[in-house]
Amino acid sequence: MKAVFTRPQALSDQATHYCPGCLHGIAHRLVAEALDELDLTERAVGVASVGCSVFTYNYFDCDFQQAAHGRAPAVATGIKRARPDSIVFTYQGDGDLASIGAAEAMHAASRGEKITVIFINNAIYGMTGGQMAPTTLEGQRTTTSPSGRDVSLTGHPLRMSEMLQGLPGVAYLARVSCHDVKHIRQAKQSVQKAFEVQREGLGFAMVELLSNCPTNWGMTPGESLKWLEENMIPYYPIGELKTPEAVTDHGE
Amino acid sequence: MGSKWVLNSERCKGCDLCTSVCPVDIVYLSDTMNRKGYRTVQVTDEEKCISCGFCAMMCPDVAIEVYRPEKEAKK
Repeated sequence: MKAVFTRPQALSDQATHYCPGCLHGIAHRLVAEALDELDLTERAVGVASVGCSVFTYNYFDCDFQQAAHGRAPAVATGIKRARPDSIVFTYQGDGDLASIGAAEAMHAASRGEKITVIFINNAIYGMTGGQMAPTTLEGQRTTTSPSGRDVSLTGHPLRMSEMLQGLPGVAYLARVSCHDVKHIRQAKQSVQKAFEVQREGLGFAMVELLSNCPTNWGMTPGESLKWLEENMIPYYPIGELKTPEAVTDHGE
Repeated sequence: MGSKWVLNSERCKGCDLCTSVCPVDIVYLSDTMNRKGYRTVQVTDEEKCISCGFCAMMCPDVAIEVYRPEKEAKK
């Protein structure tokens, strides 16, 4: 029997605490597969954020550091500068990266820190109970916008990737989605490229993964994937926003 | 011959995402519960499995492993 799909080595062998159907699990697996396939696990240092992904350090078989809320890119900067040979990545949700940590992400990108940022955008605060996030879509119901997000009161949803696009320090920037098999394959290639960019020392790399939150969106996992496809992708268009020429193309 | 489709049933959370992507429609949510109280997925007829790995790729909990039988050498 030839293995078609087995658990990646870089993913530690334990159950995650995520809700059923949460795409965090797929995002974790994509990072682990990239570490495996590029053979970077031994050099990798992850930086966990605050949010649902706060226990990320339990799920990877590599070194990890837990950062204060939003400060993962700053902590990653320190690790990368002290240990330039290491492969440093942060794993942050939208409450962490787009809200309290927006400044850290912007400045790490603007300095061109040679780190990889994995940004999970599910348009809501998951861990704290489904409050409105900066990335919450217009009209989306959350516990703090019960009649839908009113953009005249709370502004428009933040497109983090587009904000970072203009910064010269950014080498690789992509927005991908995990809502079906085809897009998961694309996401895998983008995550891998983001690690290759760091390995080659080209600059700041970020992958924004559109994700779901069945629990706080109040949907079944299946419905949440459909909602993601129909509502999030039109506002957060997927694709590569910035690529350095030196990164090998995996033949998309 | 080993199994083409292997489930770690204690990892399954019954989210039902794998059942929607199976091209031959053999993965279904069974009534069997695991120790955490989640209904787990099963396959109706493993013979029909084409080892595409879609269910495993869609599984957020990496509970499924998929294998493909080696082609027999031509005589």
